[in-house]
Amino acid sequence: EPFQVKLHEDSFHTYRLDAPPNFEVEVTKDMLMTMYKEMSTMRRMEMAADALYKAKLIRGFCHLAIGQEAIAVGLEHAITKQDLVITAYRCHPFAVMRGGTIKGVIGELLGRQAGMSNGKGGSMHIFTPNFFGGNGIVGAQVPVGAGIAFAAKYQEKPIATFAMYGDGASNQGQVFEAFNMAKLWNLPCVFVCENNKYGMGTSAERSSSNTQYYTRGDKIPGLQVNGMDIIAVLQACRFAKNWAVSGNGPLVMEFVTYRYGGHSMSDPGTTYRTREEIQRMRSTQDPIRGLQHYIEEWGLATEEELKKLDKQAKAEVDEAVEEAKASPEPKIEDLWTDIYYKGTEPPFMRGREREEVHYY
Amino acid sequence: MTVREALNAAMEEEMLRDESVFIMGEEVARYNGAYKGLLDKFGEKRVVDTPITEMGFAGLAVGAALAGLRPICEFMTWNFAMQAIDQIVNSGGKTYYMSGGNVPCPVVFRGPNGAAAGVAAQHSQDYSAWYGQVPGLKVVSPWSAEDCKGLLKSAIRDPNPVVFLENEMLYGVSFPMSEAALRDDFLLPIGKAKVEREGSDVTIVAHSKMVTHSLEAAELLAKEGIKAEVINLRSIRPLDIDTIKKSVKKTNRLVTVEGGFPAFGVGSEICAQIVESEAFDYLDAPVERVTGADVPTPYAKNLEDLAFPDTPLIVKVAKRALYRTN
Repeated sequence: EPFQVKLHEDSFHTYRLDAPPNFEVEVTKDMLMTMYKEMSTMRRMEMAADALYKAKLIRGFCHLAIGQEAIAVGLEHAITKQDLVITAYRCHPFAVMRGGTIKGVIGELLGRQAGMSNGKGGSMHIFTPNFFGGNGIVGAQVPVGAGIAFAAKYQEKPIATFAMYGDGASNQGQVFEAFNMAKLWNLPCVFVCENNKYGMGTSAERSSSNTQYYTRGDKIPGLQVNGMDIIAVLQACRFAKNWAVSGNGPLVMEFVTYRYGGHSMSDPGTTYRTREEIQRMRSTQDPIRGLQHYIEEWGLATEEELKKLDKQAKAEVDEAVEEAKASPEPKIEDLWTDIYYKGTEPPFMRGREREEVHYY
Repeated sequence: MTVREALNAAMEEEMLRDESVFIMGEEVARYNGAYKGLLDKFGEKRVVDTPITEMGFAGLAVGAALAGLRPICEFMTWNFAMQAIDQIVNSGGKTYYMSGGNVPCPVVFRGPNGAAAGVAAQHSQDYSAWYGQVPGLKVVSPWSAEDCKGLLKSAIRDPNPVVFLENEMLYGVSFPMSEAALRDDFLLPIGKAKVEREGSDVTIVAHSKMVTHSLEAAELLAKEGIKAEVINLRSIRPLDIDTIKKSVKKTNRLVTVEGGFPAFGVGSEICAQIVESEAFDYLDAPVERVTGADVPTPYAKNLEDLAFPDTPLIVKVAKRALYRTN
């Protein structure tokens, strides 16, 4: 049964918008319970990745979204499978929420055949039919996202594209280039800044002359959202989707969020911020505990019932990890596939020396 | 037909054939430029003037390609595309591989490349070697009007990202067109070189405007009884090394000619591949490279002339490959 809940008055701040999204949000018990379970599962998955990395089973780059779960999960409940999303390198929860699997993500991190990119992309490059990755170049996905929205408009599809980036990327020139073209051409694109307060180790204040990222679109209206409250995220994304498909052109949305871990696995995350700050955010702002609080307050479920969901999430992730681990490494042949579209390859590609040649 | 007309015809035919093909770039629509006519025929939806924002619109073109369109992304010159090289290489060239074959990127990046006249260093260089290095890209460097039409049509239909390097100095040059080339189903395969002139004494491999000079050189050499075979590369990546090897086995001598810088260039790559192959055993002389000079392109006419190969230089080097000094 749908019912109304009221968001905190600090949930939204607007820029050049006539009115913020409605603070009264329609939800159902099922939806809230599902979102709880999904956030819990996403956190478990990222924790599993953390452990696998420390066990040296994952190589190279690995950026975890622990603390930011409300965004990937909340977004998915506000949009349809036809809407399109692209993000940067902190992409694991989006990949799962947008039609992937935990096994597929962990398998990709492990570099196995079960990986969603067959082990050829790694942590930063995971795609689904409605999720365009996974881009490792800071800010580069933003104009690409504008292009995805351009295609949707060109094809007259009634869908929204969400082009996501971080507070660090927000200062890239190409982000502003994308803003300009999107506004100029009225593209159905929602630019989404996940402001987790630090671009690597540089705090927003030390990188950005204007840290109100939702105001940086010039003539593009903006909406700042408490990204630690999944119901606010849900309502904001519903609003943004509706904004984009109603012919209003682009919107700049900022989720104020926080990452608990370092920038990547090689960053302990404690040299440029205090442990007290991290602890305070965890204990007062956590998106999963926040939703738990709502659910209990509204009498939708007991702590025990939620703990049961946590256990299910853990079991689900544990099983996916085992399955991914059991998957073989990519076939040697796969070194050579997917460089060019199947069937349009050159006659051969060279390996490391003249006798190492792969013929198609 | 001029090169410009051939390119225009290729785009028009492909836009008529496939609704998902569109052209975008600086001054492609309203400005009284090369493509007057496309806007009238296809409208602003499919002929899109962009702001001067190369990185942004190259990225936008990639995104449109990932989402199912077939963008023709024009750069006013390839020099300006340096602003966008990350989008071409990292977003365009690598997404298909990184996605395990899940996300193809059928985009064409095109525009004038190579030395122009009297525009100095920032607007006068050849990018063949730059893009030729990147697995995942196809790189085309056409010469004649026929090349331009057949190869651009193939590039637009190709499901891979294609870098299409036109030559600024050739746009207004007219070439004869075969009957077949005038038809709207005329395609040339990307990755195949063309023997423009057959010969048995020395192989001259060139691309783009250097094919003109190489053919002129072959004509001059013929007057001295030297039969030069001239190969028009057409494609930089894939490089049709088989055609070059076959010719070298016949002539036993190889001269490469390009307008690019000498270091790590197209000629360097051809030379290396020949040395690595069985064709090396057929060489009767060292491979000779004729290239642009290793200097930023100068402005003054007399200096600029010394920065790029011309016909007499190719004649001289071809004769050196034949150990003929007079």
